This record gives sequence, C-alpha cells and structure tokens, in this order.
Amino acid sequence: MTAVTPDGQEAVAAPGEEVLRVEHISKRFGAVIALQDINLRLARGEVLALLGDNGAGKSTLMKILCGFQQPDGGRILLNGQEVTINSVDHARELGIDVVYQDLALVNQLSVYHNMFLKREIIRWPFLANKQMRRIAREHLDELGVDIPSVDVDVAKLSGGQRQAIAVARAVFTDAKILLLDEPLAAMGAKEAAMILDLVRDLKQRGDVSVIIIAHNYGQVLEISDRINLLQHGEITFDKPSKDTSVTELNEIVIDEYRRALAERRKAEGKTA
Amino acid sequence: MSDTAERTSASVGGPPGGPTGRGFSQGFLRRSAVGAVQQREATVFVVVLLLIIYFGFISSVGRATFFTKLDLINVSQIAGPIIIIACGEVFLLICGEIDLSVGFTYTLAPFMMHYLIDFYGVPAILAIILSLVMGLVVGWVNGFLTVTVGLPSFVATLGTGFALQGIMLITSHAEQSAIPVSVQGIGHWIGTYAWAEIGWAVFFAIILHLVLRRTRWGLHTIAVGGNQLGAQEAGVNAAKIKYGNFMLTATLGAFVGLQVAFQASVIDPSSGGYQPMFYSIAAAVIGGTAMLGGSGTIIGAFLGSVMLAVLTDGFNVIGVSANPLPLIFGVAILLAMAANVQFAKLRDRGRGL
Repeated sequence: MTAVTPDGQEAVAAPGEEVLRVEHISKRFGAVIALQDINLRLARGEVLALLGDNGAGKSTLMKILCGFQQPDGGRILLNGQEVTINSVDHARELGIDVVYQDLALVNQLSVYHNMFLKREIIRWPFLANKQMRRIAREHLDELGVDIPSVDVDVAKLSGGQRQAIAVARAVFTDAKILLLDEPLAAMGAKEAAMILDLVRDLKQRGDVSVIIIAHNYGQVLEISDRINLLQHGEITFDKPSKDTSVTELNEIVIDEYRRALAERRKAEGKTA
Repeated sequence: MSDTAERTSASVGGPPGGPTGRGFSQGFLRRSAVGAVQQREATVFVVVLLLIIYFGFISSVGRATFFTKLDLINVSQIAGPIIIIACGEVFLLICGEIDLSVGFTYTLAPFMMHYLIDFYGVPAILAIILSLVMGLVVGWVNGFLTVTVGLPSFVATLGTGFALQGIMLITSHAEQSAIPVSVQGIGHWIGTYAWAEIGWAVFFAIILHLVLRRTRWGLHTIAVGGNQLGAQEAGVNAAKIKYGNFMLTATLGAFVGLQVAFQASVIDPSSGGYQPMFYSIAAAVIGGTAMLGGSGTIIGAFLGSVMLAVLTDGFNVIGVSANPLPLIFGVAILLAMAANVQFAKLRDRGRGL
C-alpha cells in the first residue's frame, strides 16, 4: 500500500482532464427542495469527497448521477458531451457505477457469483463457473482485496470485506466513475483502513475517478484530492483537500447551523 | 446433525488469527457450511431409506407387498406429481414467492384439453399444448398480480386458486369427463404407463436442478430471493424472474393435472386442489428450501417428495389406518422448519467473523 505522508505528498500531481461536469442540477420531491443548483466537476483519476449533513441532498445527487432518478433541471456532461442518464443500466454503460450503503451483494451467493452478477460468463447453456472463479480471484488479488476464497458465500464475510468486494466489482465492470455512498459507515478502524487502501490503489491506477460520500471528514480528508461540501441542496464549499482541515469543515457546518438557528429565531420573533 | 452444528459454531467462535489461521478457519467454516447443506439432503435421504426398510420389514411379516414391483410403482406414482410441482415451488420460494393456486391449474388443465378436443375439434397434440399454455397464462396472471399490482403472492394466488376452481366447476358442472379418445395414445406416454409419472419427474428434476445450479436464470432466482433490491441495483430484472417462475410453476401444475387424469383414465373435478399443492410445498420445505427465499435445492425437494410418498403408501401397505398420516406430516414439516431456522441462526453467526 502507498505510504501516506502527513503533508499529502502522494496527492496526484497533475489533475487529469475533466470527465464529469454537473451544471445547475435541481431536484424537488413535492414541496421539498432536495437539490437547488448543483455545480460539480470531476477530473480523471481524481478522488472527490462529497460531504454534508443528513438531508443535505448527498444521496439524491448520487441517485441522479447513477441514473436512479432524473433531475428536474440542469445538465450533466460526460467527457464534454451532454448526456441524459436514463437508468442504472444506462449509467453503467456510460461507465458510472455506484456502491450503495445497503450493499448490492447477495449473501446467499459466492463471492465470484456476486462479482459477475448480471455479467455472467456463459458457456451455453451453463455458467462458466471455473472461468469466472479464476478471473474474480485474479482481479481481487490485483486490487489487494484480502479474502480467503472466492467460493465462500458473501454472508460469511465481514462488513469491510463485503464493501471491498462491492467496490472491486464496480471497478471490475469497467466503471470509470465510481460513486461510493458512505463506504465507511458503521465500520471498525481496521475495516475502514481496508477500504481506504482500496481507494488509494484505485487512485494510483489513475483511470478511475471516485466520488466518496461521507459524514466523517477525517477519514476522507486524507485520501481525497478535493472536498465539496453540500448544504441544503447547494455546494457551498469547494477546495483541494490539502488546503483545508477538519477544523475548518467543522466550523463551516456548525456556523451554518448557528446561522440557521438565529434566522429561525428571528422569523419566529417576527410572527409572534 | 448436532455434530455439524457444533463444529460450525466452534469454527465461527474461533479467533481470527493471522493470515494463515484466518484462511484455515474460513476454509473450515466453508467446508462445514457445505457439509451442513449436503447433510440436510443426506438426512432426508436417510429418513427415506429408514422408512422404506421399516415398511418393507413390517409388510414382509404381514401382507408382503411393499417391496413388490406393483408397490414401487405405487410409490412412484404418488411421488411423481409431488416432485414436479415441488420443482416449480422451489424456484418460486427461492425468489421469495409462493403459488397456492397450482393445484387448481392442475384440476383445470385436463378439462381444458377435454373442451378443446370434444367441443372445438382441436387435434390432440395441439389441445395438450394449449392446456399447457393455459398454465403459462395462469402463471402470468399470478405474476401480474404479485409483481405489477403488488399483492403478496400468498393472497394473489389464493384468489386465483379460488377463481380457477370456480371456472372449472362452472364449465364442467362439477361432473367427471372421460378422456377424449383421440388423446389416449399420447396420454399413455404422459401418464398412463406405469413408470410415466416418475420418469417425467426425474426428467424435470434433472433439467430444473441444472437450471437452478448451473444457469444464469437459477443464479438470478437466488439473487432476487436473497437480496431483491441489491440484485436489481446490479441490473437483475427481478420482475422477469418472478413472472418466469410463476409461469414455470403453473405450467408444471397443468402438466401434472393432465398426467394424473391420464393415469386415472378420468377427468375428475375433485382431483388436484390444495392437497398436491401443500404436499409439494411441504416436500420443498422438508428438503431444505427456505420459506423466506434465497436458498433451496431441487434434490432436497425430490427427496422430500419421495419421503411423503413412502409415508403415504407405507401406511396403506401395512394396513394401518391412514388417520395418523397428517399428524406425521405435520411433525415432519415442523422439524424441517425448526432445522431451517437453526441453520439460519448459524449462518448469521458466521457473518460476524
């Protein structure tokens, strides 16, 4: 694994060309405005951390990017071309894949069947299990995912191992833009380190761009290149990770909370 | 069985250790888990053997019929229809659904054939095919009600079951019909010949076992039952899988209905119904299929069906009243379900490793 120096020397030197640009995306659910004017860009090989409190709109933005939901307005450009992402399948064809909080793995199936789910190799009419097993093993080894056997049912693995397999599966299916939805939620330190190492490995490959959604600033700050902060459906903060700190991020969020509270008190005062 | 349980829990509770220790314990865990699953089928197999020996021994003292060819045919003719329907229910149960209407598809199918031939002059083979197509349609309706309308399959198929029974009673005036003459030749191959039932059952069981274990359809069926949302996120078309498995089950039900009519040489409005449906679900469950979806085997359902058939026939042969039979079935199902729950607990503990 890459050694990470505290001053962030390992950060990717030259940012690649832009692979994804989101312009003025908005989305509302009835009276609730989930996203109001989202602008976001992602370079090749970049790791972007998308932070925000509960209800800030992180998951909605993710769902739009992976084709699960359609935006009400705005546009998405992929490698400079405007695209309409119709469905999850379509997003995948475009090279955008998402690893959800509620993992898409099937506990009752083996690791390699999970990795090949919906992309099975067929030697008609049967599954080419031997081939799939071998390729899955090679791929996991290449990414440094440590599991004893690809034959084991996913149910037998730990949360971190399952998360790692879900990430590996996405990369394996030629995803060029990877969306990780709370990859470290409810994970122990050792498990989290395993996932962070995996993201670092992906960064080294250079061809995969990653957007990580997270609550916890500390953990993502050290592996991300850039931080975007999402507040009330807007991106209010965009800085390279090395130019910011946990303290600064905390202050922004707390400050915003205090301001909102003060405004609400003022409004209540007026009506009273 | 308790031996496996102990071994599994021991390896689960073991320390994670270093890379080698971990590899060993995981490998060991896997072997024990595989052993437990295989043992489930082995257990049913042993029970079947013991029952056969028991009934054989008892009957050799008394009427000496259980080991005769005639009686083996009897057992096979009871087991065959249960096996075929159970194969369909295994697919449905694995993907998280159930079909309670299959017994009425079974009743209606031979009437359908009879109407087509005797009232509409349809050629025999076409009439049989159309009766099976009727099964496909019923399965599609079950799929529509469950997947598209969103009813729980338990309720949806309860409804279609009653509806099918009603259609059958209205159209047949609740009266028996003779097998149309033109279809009797083909009928021999489908159900009249002594070994036809078990022959078809073995044929379907082998094919469907391969479909479940070795094809994309089987993999996706397990995936949908194990984690529907996850499977859909991976791109699996859960609706297609469920529609397909409803259609498979209903078509198998229609086939069995024809088979039993040919075997009995009469089309009977009182054949089929809930009993073969419950027998086949019981067989699937005894054979290790989980009612909550995600796991199950055709081999298990096959053995479960044979077990129920041996019990049914065995009591006949030894000349004891068949009254305790439902009690024995009930206990067998409860034991099987309890074992299922215990296995699930072991699996969950395994996850914490």
